[in-house]
Amino acid sequence: MIEGLLIGLSAAFSIQNLLMVIAGCLIGTFIGMLPGLGPMSIIAIMIPVAITIGDPSAAIILLAGVYYGAIFGGSTSSILLNAPGVAGTVASSFDGYPMARKGQAGKALTIAAIASFAGGSIGALLLMIFAPMLSTVALLFHSAEYFALMVVGLSAIAAFAGTGNVGKAILMTLLGLVMATVGEGALFNMPRFTMGLMDLQSGFSFITLAMAMFALPEALFLVLNPKRSAQGASGKIENLRITREEGRKIAPVIGRQSIQGFFIGVLPGAGATIASFLGYAVERNIATKEEQEEFGKGSIKGLAAPETANNAACTGSFVPLLTLGIPGSGTTAILLGALIALNVTPGPRLMIDEPQIFWAVIISMYIGNLVLLILNLPLIPYIAKVLTIPRTYLIPFILFFTLMGSYIGQNNATELLILVGMGICATVLKFADYPLAPLLIGFILGGMLEDNFSRSMQLYDGIGFIVDRPMTLGLLVIAVLLVVIPSYRARRAKARQEGVAEGD
Amino acid sequence: MALDRWVSFIILCAALAYGYAAFFTMDASLPPFMQRNPIWPSTFPKVLAVLTIATSLFILLGFEKSPESDQEPDIDYRRLGDYYLGQALSLLGLMVAYALLLRPAGFLFATFAFLSCGSFTLGERKFHILLPVAAIASFVVWYLVDEVLGIFLRPWPFFF
Repeated sequence: MIEGLLIGLSAAFSIQNLLMVIAGCLIGTFIGMLPGLGPMSIIAIMIPVAITIGDPSAAIILLAGVYYGAIFGGSTSSILLNAPGVAGTVASSFDGYPMARKGQAGKALTIAAIASFAGGSIGALLLMIFAPMLSTVALLFHSAEYFALMVVGLSAIAAFAGTGNVGKAILMTLLGLVMATVGEGALFNMPRFTMGLMDLQSGFSFITLAMAMFALPEALFLVLNPKRSAQGASGKIENLRITREEGRKIAPVIGRQSIQGFFIGVLPGAGATIASFLGYAVERNIATKEEQEEFGKGSIKGLAAPETANNAACTGSFVPLLTLGIPGSGTTAILLGALIALNVTPGPRLMIDEPQIFWAVIISMYIGNLVLLILNLPLIPYIAKVLTIPRTYLIPFILFFTLMGSYIGQNNATELLILVGMGICATVLKFADYPLAPLLIGFILGGMLEDNFSRSMQLYDGIGFIVDRPMTLGLLVIAVLLVVIPSYRARRAKARQEGVAEGD
Repeated sequence: MALDRWVSFIILCAALAYGYAAFFTMDASLPPFMQRNPIWPSTFPKVLAVLTIATSLFILLGFEKSPESDQEPDIDYRRLGDYYLGQALSLLGLMVAYALLLRPAGFLFATFAFLSCGSFTLGERKFHILLPVAAIASFVVWYLVDEVLGIFLRPWPFFF
């Protein structure tokens, strides 16, 4: 581990990579602040840039920097405007916005920055401990287990991502898998479902799909309903200090939530949003009576809890990505797609074959958190000016960047028409309350899922591998349970409700 | 019928077409030596088709009730008339026009036109700010992509 750390240190502290971290954090903060643009859209927009850099460690360091920056920027807009730019920071607005209204905006931002820093750094420490352990276990896996593990991942995402709508989330996952079968597969060398169109020969482009699923519907929603981009002239932000007593108050909260947030982030499908809400709820429940009264009215504990948890969860979500090659969230799925485009296959062999990438990412997490703390905090009053850009300029530029992103990747104007068409479909799906992240994750995992499935079919000459390998069978059973139990429980709860007579 | 069930109906139709292709037409072109493989190019699509059809039927027939939430939904298609639908549609039209014009008109002109028309559609009328901003942005993006990143973008129209 020490050796790896040294490799990572030397890779991460190269001038190029340091610039990448700083640039990524700044860009992420900048765009993440804009209401309606989440980390997924920002990373999707940044991918063509990252791919043209060419060096995989620099590219993923840049994208990871953008990711933390976006979460940090999102909390700034939820504190200042009550308009979270990112779903993971919605809980931060519960107490952050009341604090800002009481004139403590500066203090709220400082607490958010410190909590984010601590959450991210402790998360990175845990990642350093757990990722190598998990990847040693993962090396024992065969293609059959990989296949089963991906099925578990997909069903966990479907079970958690579709809040109460497991069926819809499963349908979206399947749709993503179906879309992944279009084009020429590596294993068979034969075009499938291209309908004779040359443009589909190489399948759908993942960048186009990512833009169409996330950036475009968000931008269209901003057009449809201007209230979403609530704007306010950001007032003066001053007095960034917090007192020692306040620091003592939030320290245990930060400690608890770093660990809790990290482990929630590791679970596929959970991620920063659930971690932040859960962190808020847990801290409110264990607070003393008079502190509980404060929650929702500008409690510093209520702000520190979700801020720590969402950053720790972001770091945690890198564990399954780096060790198993299975993304647990939409954002890490996009990162996975970018890595594959750069000819790096994340998975248990990453640590052995390309340790410099693995360790550089981890070291860059520390640097990224430090950059956010020392660079962004003093700059926040200036960066917050971005919130005053009128939407008449903002929206055309967002649309233009989505178009550019998918054009640069393919250099093909037909791709732009596919982008607009899929963007419209995605908007309709969003209106109908279908979660879109499972679709993209299904699409990205689809190829790998089929490859591993085919390989085990060939090795065992049929479907027998499912019964022959107990681990595969066990994982598949878990996958089925993950999907069945939530819907069964929802049904039982409903049946019980109907059975109970309503009192007057 | 609610929108989500219409969507599942459309997905069902697509899945039926997909399943038909996987079950009946794909295997015809399979070379004989591959037919002895335990797995065919159509195997995985067949599984997916069956699962997709089952899931979309599950939603279409209303087995899954969405949990009722008391919260006002963030954005609601039933109130589509209240929203700025015209603006959204014209922006989509602009994007299509941009896709078609990008090659023949050149990057600089197409981008300038897209940005200024987009802002205009959204109600910007201060042309003395709008036009310079669009022009500078088009040039800066072209410079970054073409010169710095090294991806070729034809700047001028085809007759230059």
